[in-house]
Amino acid sequence: MEKFTRITAIAAPLLRINVDTDAIIPSREMKTVGKTGLAAGLFAGWRYQAPGSRDENPDFILNREPYRQARILLAGANFGCGSSREHAVWALQEWGMRSIIAPSFGAIFAGNCVRNGILPVVLDNALVEDLARQVEADPARRLLTVDLVDCTVTAPDGRRHAFAIAAADREMLLEGLDGIALTMKRDDEILAFQGRDRLRRPWIYL
Amino acid sequence: MARSIIDKLWDDHLVADLGEGTSLLYIDRVFLHERTGSVALKELAAANRRVRNPEQVFCTMDHIVDTLPGRGDSTRMPGGTSFITQTREAAHAAGITLFDIGSSDQGIVHVVSPEQGIALPGVTLVCPDSHTCTLGGIGALAWGIGSTEAEHALATKTLAVRKPRSMRIDFQGQLAAGVTAKDMILALIGAHSASGGVGYAIEFAGEAVRSLPVEARLTLCNMGVEFGAWTVIIAPDQAVFDYVRGRPYAPRDQVLEQAIAYWRTLPSDPDAVFDREITLDCSTLAPQVTWGTSPQHETGIDGTVPDPAGEPDANRRQAMERALAYMALQPGTRLDQVPIQAAFIGSCTNSRLSDLRAAAAILEGRRVASGVRAICVPGSTQVKLAAEREGLDRVFRAAGFEWRESGCSMCFYAGGESFGFEERVVSSTNRNFENRQGPRTRTHLASPVTVAASAIAGRLADARTLAR
Repeated sequence: MEKFTRITAIAAPLLRINVDTDAIIPSREMKTVGKTGLAAGLFAGWRYQAPGSRDENPDFILNREPYRQARILLAGANFGCGSSREHAVWALQEWGMRSIIAPSFGAIFAGNCVRNGILPVVLDNALVEDLARQVEADPARRLLTVDLVDCTVTAPDGRRHAFAIAAADREMLLEGLDGIALTMKRDDEILAFQGRDRLRRPWIYL
Repeated sequence: MARSIIDKLWDDHLVADLGEGTSLLYIDRVFLHERTGSVALKELAAANRRVRNPEQVFCTMDHIVDTLPGRGDSTRMPGGTSFITQTREAAHAAGITLFDIGSSDQGIVHVVSPEQGIALPGVTLVCPDSHTCTLGGIGALAWGIGSTEAEHALATKTLAVRKPRSMRIDFQGQLAAGVTAKDMILALIGAHSASGGVGYAIEFAGEAVRSLPVEARLTLCNMGVEFGAWTVIIAPDQAVFDYVRGRPYAPRDQVLEQAIAYWRTLPSDPDAVFDREITLDCSTLAPQVTWGTSPQHETGIDGTVPDPAGEPDANRRQAMERALAYMALQPGTRLDQVPIQAAFIGSCTNSRLSDLRAAAAILEGRRVASGVRAICVPGSTQVKLAAEREGLDRVFRAAGFEWRESGCSMCFYAGGESFGFEERVVSSTNRNFENRQGPRTRTHLASPVTVAASAIAGRLADARTLAR
């Protein structure tokens, strides 16, 4: 997994509320059993003129310069709600998105981000809207910095805004850790749990 | 210290405290399907990792599988067959139990799971599917995860989870006749928004919940994720214990009695404290129906399409305007005057035997309005067979409904089938997102009886006007 420490990049505002994972990647765009080849399907319903086509809708933010180079997405509340499909995150990652800043996230989506090197940042709605206004004034020059080392977002006006993130999620992103390998170090504890639990709840052990 | 049901289940599954509110929780059951489970199994094998305790892992074919009679591995969705064949190969290689196409136990994952006794009260169960919270209806601590987390659960029998804040929702009063669990959950989301439960593990409680049969509790919990909750749960009671008895993977005899004794200890202590408590009066609820593109865009069937101009919050107002443009509806339109072109009964929300019985009671002796395409997809092959034994299939067919094999079908577009461009569908499913049921398809969520009544009327309709 790609590590995340700090990025300074163009940010694209997409402040709609309740953007669901069906919108991030429609089901029809998930064509193969795998994690790759999904970027072309990112936001397909909004990004292209018609279903299945690749004729770009010029109004959609990620089809406009300089937002095509955006590595940060400014999003509305409850971003990534809906289906658990990790393809939504794989599509964002392959497209080049490294961090998403929103007032809140769908729970499964946020977990999927952390496991794929994308940093979900929760900031107040008013602050996200303010960042969007600052960026829109001159998106190619008014960049955002997202720093996971000191857990801050630096706005184009130079102000720094702290964000909170679970320590385990931060460590996973900073180190690019494989969660399974980490948990396997606790194999003894898992075996001990099973030993105790088998006596207490025998019906669990088919 | 007084504990909630969620606290108790958390404590009973705690393998290790990882600090800062994060726990390594033991996962009793993992369920997979061919859409997202295939990736997890394949990636796990590619990393040379094995499934730990494959006897506690199950898989079904539901998301992409065709639902037309005589189906096989071929799908309407281009490339869909590879998901099916690769899932089958991976499931066999991993030694997990697969409810395959053609099996009498196949069906939609969250219908099969309690039906087979795989989801039980008090178990932790995860599935790479957001509607896994359905199983809170029988008192399981069950939540949806991504494919990478599914790999983790398969390989380690655990997941690292940060404990969410706690909420209890008190559904007060008794439902009026013709009003259902689907109407309760839509009303909750309408009142508190699609993000009202974000960050919370939620207990559904109260008189209206206690009165619901077990299958209706599964419907209520199904849309917990549409409320934004991490998961939702209802304390198990005698109705659940009776439901579980005799299910294929449920405990039997002495062990069942031991399990029930444990399950009786799970309900929240009377003085348990929650971070947030809200109430919803159910006694005055009408059947609910959505008018927009989020489950929070809903109102009573006796209501009208709201005017975005009256919404003070700018974000919500813009979302409403977008929704009305997508749905081609005007503010002030009476919902029961909106014509429909299609009706769908199915999905993990509302496709169990009790749902089909209730819809059939409306349809019996009546015909679907001309120009309306109506489809019923039973939630599992077991549900389908039971319905056929009762003759429900004949009622549906005589009314003009298609009667299908089980699967997720047109709840979403993965099967490759859609009602069509800009067609208006009344649907017993859980998501009215843009393009969810197909490109530009317009979805109105409602209960199975509302869907049945609307199919007959050719417009959104109040089933209570047709009750016998």
